[in-house]
Amino acid sequence: MRTFTIGGIHPPGNKISAGQPIHQMPLPQKAIILLNQHFGKPAVPVVTKGESVKVGQLLAKADGVLSANIHAPVSGTISKIGETQDASGYKHHAVWIDVEDDIWMDSIDKSSEIIRTCSLEAPAILEKIREAGIVGMGGATFPAHIKLTPPSGKKVETIIVNGVECEPYLTADHQLMLEKGEEILIGLTILMKAVNAQKGIIGIENNKQDAIAHLKKMAKDWPGIEILPLKVQYPQGGEKQLIEAVTGRQVPSGALPIEVGAIVQNIATVYAVYEAVQKDKPLVECVLTITGKTVGKPGNYLTRIGTPFSELMDFAGGFPENAAKVIAGGPMMGKALVSLSVPVTKGCSGLLILTEAETKRKKSQNCIRCAKCVKACPMGLEPYLFMTLVEHAEWGKLEKERIMDCIECGCCTYSCPSTRPLLDYLKIGKAKVGSLIHARNTKK
Amino acid sequence: MNLTLIAIITLGSIGLFISILLYITSQKFKVLEDPRLDDVEAALPGANCGGCGFAGCRNFAEACVKTTNFETLLCPVGGSDTMSKVASILGKEAIKTEPKIAVLRCNGSCADRPRTSIYDGAASCTIANATFGGDTGCSYGCLGLADCVKACIFGALKMNEKTGLPEVDEAKCTSCGACVKTCPKNLFELRDKGPESKRIFVNCMNRDKGALAQKACAVACIGCGKCKKVCGYNAIHLAGNLAYIDFKACQLCRQCVEVCPTKAITEHSFPPLESKDTKWVPQQIKTK
Repeated sequence: MRTFTIGGIHPPGNKISAGQPIHQMPLPQKAIILLNQHFGKPAVPVVTKGESVKVGQLLAKADGVLSANIHAPVSGTISKIGETQDASGYKHHAVWIDVEDDIWMDSIDKSSEIIRTCSLEAPAILEKIREAGIVGMGGATFPAHIKLTPPSGKKVETIIVNGVECEPYLTADHQLMLEKGEEILIGLTILMKAVNAQKGIIGIENNKQDAIAHLKKMAKDWPGIEILPLKVQYPQGGEKQLIEAVTGRQVPSGALPIEVGAIVQNIATVYAVYEAVQKDKPLVECVLTITGKTVGKPGNYLTRIGTPFSELMDFAGGFPENAAKVIAGGPMMGKALVSLSVPVTKGCSGLLILTEAETKRKKSQNCIRCAKCVKACPMGLEPYLFMTLVEHAEWGKLEKERIMDCIECGCCTYSCPSTRPLLDYLKIGKAKVGSLIHARNTKK
Repeated sequence: MNLTLIAIITLGSIGLFISILLYITSQKFKVLEDPRLDDVEAALPGANCGGCGFAGCRNFAEACVKTTNFETLLCPVGGSDTMSKVASILGKEAIKTEPKIAVLRCNGSCADRPRTSIYDGAASCTIANATFGGDTGCSYGCLGLADCVKACIFGALKMNEKTGLPEVDEAKCTSCGACVKTCPKNLFELRDKGPESKRIFVNCMNRDKGALAQKACAVACIGCGKCKKVCGYNAIHLAGNLAYIDFKACQLCRQCVEVCPTKAITEHSFPPLESKDTKWVPQQIKTK
């Protein structure tokens, strides 16, 4: 069975919420919609205070090319446009909506009927995806329409769909494949049409046998689509790792996946594309896994964007008393929250509650040069060296050692027997080197 | 001929030839250096701290020798005295400057600023600042992970474990500005030391609206503007819910200190105020 060849680790799966059907999360009292939910420039609000909005109405317009539209995920009155804390505790612009009823825009098809044929041409499909504000739902929140517009002269051979869900605990994508399998296949066909790709491959890790069997059975009716089981290994969901696992090609350092003729999209993104193109439904809700060993009702919940995490916890059996850390996303790459009043955003795939015993970091000790981090790094880098170089502010050397290739997967920190905070330093180094490169390029 | 004589002549002529060669080369590739450069460098403190903006004391000395006026050149460690010495060596006039000192503009001690979360990542302010806003409700305040203490090569900073804030040792601080550059929250400022170390400053950098700032920290500046109104010297201005005292204009009258409702304005080395008891009690904040 295939997998990527460099590095990788095997953290315990802990898929507590596997097999839980997707429940509809009740509407919040008040929704907070952050305007920086995507990679790129924050969107610009087009509504005013006191205005009443319907679900799916445009709230904020994309500011420039690298940005995404944001639509009202609930209906009601705009009560405030101002600043609020995001997951990191810094202030960002947001729109507050007092929720009243659940009135959708008339243009949106809310029926559960599956529309199989798509008569639109490629530019029209891309326009619909852009209009719907779809971003990469795997966590990077990169605007999807940009990813689907390859630079001229580059040919897309394969659309690879990431059904790997290699993060421990998370099961949202798995459940989505089981319940919305056909929609995902239609979505993939639409994406293939949009970029004129001949092949579509859905990569699924071998621990999701039911999803593999379910999709394989249906994929027979869809030409060009292949379901590919992959050996379980973290971080297989990383773009470059998945491309290598699926196609056997390695993306060169510093290059984009298009260099090897591939575009990678997440399962949830493909489903959102189906809904946007076939049902005219913008990205207003996403499937979240609420999980943790102490959570009352761990499961998968269809949640409106903008719902505060505190309300999610109330529905999922209350906030456990011995909770020490709350993470938006999975335990490897997710972000610890500073407050539960933070709302759900587009790229959010889960809410994980950990106890102190599970999460407390041990004291950092000296590096013993065991090279476990080097062995674990899926990009073939040397994290121990990076940490020392960052400590001594050797930015030039860091660039030469290819720190910008780091995908921040956390394998190094996970594998370090001296519990050194390698990733913390790598992130700082990446940010610094990135800004230096940017400054150099703009100077030219 | 005598073997000894041959050796002496041969080696002697080789030596002579090489010495002539060396002389010509040294004349040809001679670097003309201002003789005053060494004197200037000797007058400088020799800390090589980089506070002047140059790579080291030698570089600074070179700049001093080349310059025509001393407006942009200042050795913060040596201060006015050193600069006048340097100027006299070069036969020029130095500009008189007030001695400066690094001032931390955050007074949110553990008691005044309740923790809302626990950070157990790498012990570095820069990393913590990139990760999140801080472990209190204030995303502008001191993170308490002592990057500034590590940056200070003069040992003038140390963490006060009780308050969780760094403290500046007045005797050791040379106002080199290393802490100013290091602090990711931009909390340090180089201010005039003041007569007999008397100085008044707004001890806060929180730009949130008053209610939010007050909720996060009992001693935050809430941007009420009372200090600005009471100031007779036009030394205080407000920007983004935060007051700032211009130390050039401040006459140290202490009016603003008295009126500040949150005690966000700090006075240094003044005798305690006698008469008016402002009856201010720190607001207790509910901790979860």
